[in-house]
Amino acid sequence: MSVFPSPRPAAGGPIIDFEPAASCLEVEGLSLAYGETLALRDLSLRVPRQRVTAFIGPSGCGKSTLLRALNRLHDLNDEVRLSGRILLEGQDIHAPEVEVAELRRRVGMVFQAPNPFPMSIYDNVAFGLRLQGGIRKRQMDDIVEWALQSAALWDEVKERLGSSAWTLSGGQQQRLVIARTLAVRPEVLLLDEPASALDPISTLKIEELIRNLKSQLTLVLVTHNMQQAARVSDYTAFLQEGELVEYGPTDSLFTNPRLVRTENYITGRMG
Amino acid sequence: MMRAGWARLPRGEGPWPWLAAGSVALSLLMFSGLVLLLAVRGLGHFWPAPLSLVALEDGRLLAGQAVREERRADGAGRERLYLTANRDLDGAIWTWVDLEEIAAESRPRDLVVLERTRWGSFQGRLLALEEERGRVEGEAAWQALEARLDELQALRRERLRDQVVVPLVRRLERETSEALVAELGAANARIRELQARMGGTRLLLESVDGRQLEQPLEQVLRAWRPNAMSTPQKLAAWGQGVWRFLSEGPRAANTAGGVWPAIFGTVLMVLLMSVVVTPFGVLAGIYLNEVAHQGRFTRLVRIAVRNLAGVPSIVYGVFGLGVFVYGIGGTLDEWFFADRLPSPTFGTGGLLWASLTLALLTLPVVIVATEEGLARVPDHQREGALALGATRVEMLTRVVLPMTTPAMLTGVILAIARAAGEVAPLMLVGVAKLAPQVPVDGEFPFLHLEQKFMHLGYHIYDVAFHGGDVEAALPLVYATALLLVLVILVLNLTAIFLRHHLRARHGVLPRR
Ligand SMILES: Nc1ncnc2c1ncn2[C@@H]1O[C@H](COP(=O)(O)OP(=O)(O)O)[C@@H](O)[C@H]1O
Ligand SMILES: [Mg+2]
Repeated sequence: MSVFPSPRPAAGGPIIDFEPAASCLEVEGLSLAYGETLALRDLSLRVPRQRVTAFIGPSGCGKSTLLRALNRLHDLNDEVRLSGRILLEGQDIHAPEVEVAELRRRVGMVFQAPNPFPMSIYDNVAFGLRLQGGIRKRQMDDIVEWALQSAALWDEVKERLGSSAWTLSGGQQQRLVIARTLAVRPEVLLLDEPASALDPISTLKIEELIRNLKSQLTLVLVTHNMQQAARVSDYTAFLQEGELVEYGPTDSLFTNPRLVRTENYITGRMG
Repeated sequence: MMRAGWARLPRGEGPWPWLAAGSVALSLLMFSGLVLLLAVRGLGHFWPAPLSLVALEDGRLLAGQAVREERRADGAGRERLYLTANRDLDGAIWTWVDLEEIAAESRPRDLVVLERTRWGSFQGRLLALEEERGRVEGEAAWQALEARLDELQALRRERLRDQVVVPLVRRLERETSEALVAELGAANARIRELQARMGGTRLLLESVDGRQLEQPLEQVLRAWRPNAMSTPQKLAAWGQGVWRFLSEGPRAANTAGGVWPAIFGTVLMVLLMSVVVTPFGVLAGIYLNEVAHQGRFTRLVRIAVRNLAGVPSIVYGVFGLGVFVYGIGGTLDEWFFADRLPSPTFGTGGLLWASLTLALLTLPVVIVATEEGLARVPDHQREGALALGATRVEMLTRVVLPMTTPAMLTGVILAIARAAGEVAPLMLVGVAKLAPQVPVDGEFPFLHLEQKFMHLGYHIYDVAFHGGDVEAALPLVYATALLLVLVILVLNLTAIFLRHHLRARHGVLPRR
């Protein structure tokens, strides 16, 4: 496919150092503007299935913008204009036959600040399932337990499923949000700096969780923490000023960056 | 020992905290002063005041309750105002007495006060009670009077005319049935029998200066001897007086009796208003904040709504009169009640139009509160719901609105507080000086939206300015004003309780 330029060290174009065997998400020539400000410029990349892909880059470079484009959260904002295509398992997510609620079920998202709803722990996890309807109580109980276990939270909350989610600690809340998202069985999980508001121990738990989850689904992780990207991701994309700069296997990108811009960023010499 | 080192942190804030605290204290002081004034003046009215027998230097005698003292107009000495009652004997109920003219003042235990349906109160002595069975005098007469009054009370409580006869007549207007006619005949016969029994009894009264008077018992409501009452008796009488004020209808062109229809009218009107304004205000707030495109137009609408909150209430009254009463009401009459024209049914002020007018008046408050509540729901809560596959409607109904209910209720509370105290617009769209029948009864459709109703606020205005005798009306004005404040307080507390309850349910506590 000619849309993806082959690796070339030319100045200007991005360096894309790998061709994923099985891509889950494909972004093709995506540009996005908030009103007059261009936040993403002609960005193309593929996200491999059942791997952890990290987006890194300086604050304001468009990481969150890109992530939110992947499950069409920008739809709410009248200001946003976008061009280019995003394919989920080969299908254009902006195609008229795609139902946006269904798309968001398939592409779940966890935000920077934990955002459990003001309900009980159980109700939080059951929220997405209840939207779908037609699930019996027994089955619901099972799914809730499974989701909480997948999010490594079950043991901590199994005695108090009925108490308010707001009584949990920040790290527990974030894992609850992950469990809530897992309960609707998404294919892709988008995580926007999921640990940046948490303490180091909670951060480690979340990172471990991310590593464990990739056997089940495709993960996209936005982080400004380079160590975190190096610890948990398989592939890393470096963005700067709305453009993709370099994208490749995490190991080679961190140990052997191809571009000076990338090297400057990951070694902390930001230009 | 541990405590030794603890010290207050220095506060170098200067005079500002004191100024702020001072203004709070001043507001509190003024508010409690207001309530205290209303309570003392209003509730004191029901206390059986002592009755003085005053002997003047020139030999005249009078019996009266001392009301207040003032410096004489010519500056020489002071004079005292007595409530001497006996309008039928004296033509007036007040007497000013120069303090220097008083020779002696005493409080004989045999002085009685009678509350009557005609001529107001009587103050003096009871000489005898006459009935067909015979005549009793002196102390026995007083005991007989008390017994008769108890009987009379029991009869009045049956309220045959209101509760049996009137509904029967109304039903007969619609259907004719032998059974109903028979029932009506029996009820009327009972009324005649009771009237005959009470009508025969007469009291022989004498004022302290010796003028005598015959008084039919059926016109006497209550009798007491204030100087012979012990404090517990007075307390009981006070309690009964307060209760009668709350539970009975007004008498004597609103200058006496109770305010029950006005309490009922006020509360009912406010509740109806809330029922109307809440859904409209909430939906409008949701539309403005969640649905409408946020552009110049919505900004304009917002500004307009906030300005509407400042429009004087009488303007809403004029609007209600023109649009609701004459416009919609007139049309309804033409369509559905043509047979009753030219006498209007909905084409005149009434409960419905008053509630709608006040709903309109308070709509901005609810809209603004709802909008502010919605704006306070963090975006990440909305996005969290959307990211789980919720549609916008599901996001609203399951996450955003439950979090907003306390704010909406705050809006309703503010609306109630504003509406319950409004009087001006009501005068145009449905309040009545006297409407002793409350607009709810056992008759279909139970709630009579087209009827006029009484209102505490208007009642105050009416009693204070339209009664002949301001001096006599003043205690009732204070009592009614106190009641209005209390009614608003109770309505607000109810809403606050509800809000607290909902907050507990949707905010932090679990629901499973
Ligand atoms: N809702 C918005 N409206 C306008 N501009 C926005 C909005 N969100 C983000 N931007 C702008 O888009 C750019 C990219 O933002 P973002 O994707 O949040 O960056 P990152 O997540 O990488 O820190 C920034 O310049 C930011 O100011
Ligand atoms: Mg971001």
